[in-house]
Amino acid sequence: MFRYAVRRLLFAVPTLLVISFIIFALLDLAPSDPTAQLPLTIPEEVREMIKESLGLGQPFHIRYLKWLEQFLINEPLNLMEQSWGIEIGDSENRMRVRSWSTRAPVVDLIAARLPQTLIVVGMSYIVAIMIAVPIGVISAYKQYSIFDQIGTFISMLGFSVPTFFTGTVMIVIFSVVLGWFPSIYDTTHVVNDFDSFVVQFKQMIMPVMVLGLFSAAQLSRFMRSSMLDNLNQEYVRTARAKGMSEPVVVLIHVLRNSLIPVVTVIALGLPSTFAGAIITEQIFRINGVGALLIGAIEGADMPTVQTVTFIFAVLIVVFNLIADLLYGMLDPRIRYE
Amino acid sequence: MNEIAQASTVSEADSQEGVLQHRSLWLDVWQQFRTHKGALAGVGVFALILLSVLLGPYLHDIDPQYLDYKSKNQGMSIKHPMGTDNLGRDMFAQVLAGGRTSLAVGVTAMALSLTLGTFVGVLAGYFNRLDGPLMRLTDLFLALPILPLLLVIIMLFRDLLRSILGPEMGIFILIVFVIGITSWMQTARIVRGEVLAIKQREFVLAARSIGTRPHRIITRHIFPNVLSPIMVSATLGVAAAIITESALSFLGLGFPSDFPTWGRLLFDGVPFLNINPARVIWPGLAISLTVLSVNYMGDGLRDAMDPRIRGR
Repeated sequence: MFRYAVRRLLFAVPTLLVISFIIFALLDLAPSDPTAQLPLTIPEEVREMIKESLGLGQPFHIRYLKWLEQFLINEPLNLMEQSWGIEIGDSENRMRVRSWSTRAPVVDLIAARLPQTLIVVGMSYIVAIMIAVPIGVISAYKQYSIFDQIGTFISMLGFSVPTFFTGTVMIVIFSVVLGWFPSIYDTTHVVNDFDSFVVQFKQMIMPVMVLGLFSAAQLSRFMRSSMLDNLNQEYVRTARAKGMSEPVVVLIHVLRNSLIPVVTVIALGLPSTFAGAIITEQIFRINGVGALLIGAIEGADMPTVQTVTFIFAVLIVVFNLIADLLYGMLDPRIRYE
Repeated sequence: MNEIAQASTVSEADSQEGVLQHRSLWLDVWQQFRTHKGALAGVGVFALILLSVLLGPYLHDIDPQYLDYKSKNQGMSIKHPMGTDNLGRDMFAQVLAGGRTSLAVGVTAMALSLTLGTFVGVLAGYFNRLDGPLMRLTDLFLALPILPLLLVIIMLFRDLLRSILGPEMGIFILIVFVIGITSWMQTARIVRGEVLAIKQREFVLAARSIGTRPHRIITRHIFPNVLSPIMVSATLGVAAAIITESALSFLGLGFPSDFPTWGRLLFDGVPFLNINPARVIWPGLAISLTVLSVNYMGDGLRDAMDPRIRGR
């Protein structure tokens, strides 16, 4: 198991390097000009100097290696210094990945946006699990019943209807017609007493539900089929023959075994939920990481685009790894060698 | 409809007389498919959408780009069945025109991703030497953050392609290409698995022992046998491509307003949500119904193609 984990970890490193190279090459190949947004009165020589100051004068491989150094070595060092309050080497002159449009370090920009995204994604995933597991269990236990039929239809609906449509319909119903919830998420809102908590709860409910229902639709299908696989196993008959009550059989014996593949699906699905948050943030005007990416793409701010996209790739690779390792840890029948 | 009638009489004749008649694979598949009510409803709804998108503009012949400021932001009426937008353009005509583009994108992108996926899958499954590298490539593509990358590629190459191929063709080709090139991995994995299993069967050995060339074995013996998983991923691929295209359009990085798709119409309607929610509802409903019907068709097809379920 340990050897397998180390091998997977070692394989993840070249994968990520190749991905970072693909992203960098793609951004570099593209015909885009970082000075295109500046006023037309700026003369050509000054434009060249601006490009020079952004580091564009150097050849492709140097810029790529510099980005790698800045993001993979300098930024982690910086993070360590900040969190432990120590100084490692020459921290004043250490180069950081800087945004072309704001000139602030990209990692600081992401750190400022991350809490909003994390809270929406995290809450929606918790909501999704809380909806999906009971529905999957009941659907499987009462297979082909009316509950199962309706559950199947709703989950089909859940992953067929795109989130940007459910989101806007929710805004029409709950913000425009009923006026219960605000349609725009206020990220500056501070929770310090019960009233402000209610405001926060109200503004979070729609984005969380939109994203959560979408994930719940897929998770509940996995939960159902996993339960169905387990309900027909011999050990269930044994448990019933021993005279155990139905709740004990279903909720303790079957559920625990059925959750094993579902847990890995949950881990695998988290990165795509982050990607889904890009759209949800656009609907409800949440200025999270997704909004940062969209803004950077529109403003041709390449270092920000490169870094945010690479972080998404890291999330995918890391959660794939976690899912594989979890599967081996939870299910003693799986042995990696 | 004639086929359905024939199929049902054949099955009845079968059961009544107990005589074994010739049964083809596709007849079996069709009979299983018919028992899946959701799939049948999906076929019906999808056919209806397809027909109205293809024939609708001939019956409802208002130009979707015709501006009529006097009748802007109208509700439903006989002249404008879905009302008008803020420039007085007829929504129904726009939804029909947008549907043509959306469906065209869905089908073409699916065809591209299917071709790529089948090609990679068959090569990886049949030739042992190619299996390792091609599967590593598939894993690499699966680890790419697809949505951010799609946004980046479209943003960066949009103007270039529009200047080379014209505004409409340029964006169409770009979107179809990027969706196709980022969605072939599942098909490749499934096809590879099937090919690996079929390669070990006796008829392939027989073909090889009489000296058949690899490309003949692949096209004559292997390809027809992996057709069923390919067809299932084709239906699901159309749905996924339509969703991806509309998501891109919704983020403002898809088709332009003068060449709209359903996703773009929805995106354009969002600022007018307070005045005219119908502008969001109709295109959204069109996307959702299409994707739902296609997904149900895929679900039914998967059950019908699965020999373990079929015949039960």
